[in-house]
Amino acid sequence: MIITKQKPFEEIAEELSGYDRVFLVGCSLCATACKTGGEEEVKAMKEKLEAVGKTVTGTVVLDPVCNLQKSRRDLRKFSQEISQSDAVLCMACGNGLQTLAEILEDLPIFPANDTLFLGEIKRFGVFEERCIQCGKCLLTSGVGLCPISRCPKGMVNGPCGGAKDGFCEANPEMKCIWLEIYEKLKKMGRLDEFRKIIPPLDHSLRVKPGKYSFRRGVVNDVPSKAS
Amino acid sequence: MTYLQKLLNEGKFVITAEVGPPKGVDLTRFREIVRLLKGEIDVFNVTDGQGASMRLSSLAGCLAILSEGAEPVMQMTGRDRNRIAIQSELLGAYTLGVRNILAITGDYPTLGDNPQAKPVYDLDSVGILLAASSLMRGKDLSGNELRGEPPRFYLGATVNPNFSPLEVELIKMEKKIESGARFFQTQAVYDLKVAEDFSKAVSDFNVKILFGIIPLRSLKSAKFVSEVIPGVKVPREILYRLEIAPDPKLEGLRISAEFIKKIREYGLAHGVHIMAIGAEKSIPVLLDML
Ligand code: SF4
Ligand code: SF4
Repeated sequence: MIITKQKPFEEIAEELSGYDRVFLVGCSLCATACKTGGEEEVKAMKEKLEAVGKTVTGTVVLDPVCNLQKSRRDLRKFSQEISQSDAVLCMACGNGLQTLAEILEDLPIFPANDTLFLGEIKRFGVFEERCIQCGKCLLTSGVGLCPISRCPKGMVNGPCGGAKDGFCEANPEMKCIWLEIYEKLKKMGRLDEFRKIIPPLDHSLRVKPGKYSFRRGVVNDVPSKAS
Repeated sequence: MTYLQKLLNEGKFVITAEVGPPKGVDLTRFREIVRLLKGEIDVFNVTDGQGASMRLSSLAGCLAILSEGAEPVMQMTGRDRNRIAIQSELLGAYTLGVRNILAITGDYPTLGDNPQAKPVYDLDSVGILLAASSLMRGKDLSGNELRGEPPRFYLGATVNPNFSPLEVELIKMEKKIESGARFFQTQAVYDLKVAEDFSKAVSDFNVKILFGIIPLRSLKSAKFVSEVIPGVKVPREILYRLEIAPDPKLEGLRISAEFIKKIREYGLAHGVHIMAIGAEKSIPVLLDML
């Protein structure tokens, strides 16, 4: 799940200053779950924008925005509303916004949300980051706790010196994930996994922007000897 | 062989001191400290943006020390540099005469004075040691050959004897040794029992240990170290002594001197690493008490 957070309304209004006729796009998946771009939030945004004097030319919640061909088809039904708009406000994630940009070409598009991370829904309204898509899932020690995404320093060989009473130096509200990994491995009787030296990660596997096609596999834009 | 390595191998009780380069380009005070301590301690250990605060580079500090006729240990963190910069700086430091390297992961940028910085951490402390060891074998971390004679570093790392569970630190320490660390400086220790337990636990590791010493200046500074150093406990008796002392600063130095003497007497370590954190000029007073 892509976790998003709605920007403060003043920031959205600021982005849209100079654009009076706005088309709103929400997303049925992640942004709905995050309550940042579902039917309800799109409706509320429409009211807020109208209250500050904007004209909302139309609204749609795409299913999901990031599916390029499907969104292209679904937006055709709104071609008239869109043609009457000065701008689009995207209430999805940053990826969804760029999918829209590809479809709508020259129409200015602004984000209503800040895209935060790929995360887990802990419970309603609480999300936690679990993976930074590092390109080669290293969770081979079998504990199922990822230090690449859950340790601020991305330590691969155990905790840094900063963990205090089990909590993280960079984020004292969070338990040091490396201590959790250690405890779990110990409980599983597999501390030998912790003793192994993990060589530095291969960052050439995550050259930005990443590409992957079923047929051709992972394709990086930059030629690399390492992979 | 570096001077530090030679002294440690000869079994001398080594005293190192930490010095932090200035925030700026005026090295006057830095040089003054080096001159003052030069005859008293064995080598200087230069911090690399300690506490994630932006300072003159560790390498520049090391050069100032060399030019004063003393030997530096260059701290190298993985916080601000990727593996290309780390290896390149290691090579550069070597050509400029720096041989002792202390590998550290580095404090997180948000704790420092440029909290907006992008954290790098391409290599953790183990990774930095692997990189340096690889250079010493004539290859970079990716296996590409270096030209000419490879550098010969004396590599060190850090360990925290106060850490609980200690097993975590010991396993990490073994990884650091396997990756090339030959000497270790520890976080500050105040409790003799902690020092003894740690010393016993690492007695089979074939490396040199320097116990970290931070002289306390007041009850407040005792509170401060317990807040910043994970797991450290200042024994109640020390707190009491600081509380009743007419001159707590002097008492703090006396407490450190007594501790160092015990470490030396009981053979708990191969030396000590004094971190005076701004009060470097009091180090000679402390050493006179030994
Ligand atoms: S190792 Fe961590 S960051 Fe990398 S793919 Fe696996 S879960 Fe994601
Ligand atoms: S305290 Fe633990 S989780 Fe936090 S940065 Fe250090 S190793 Fe990572």
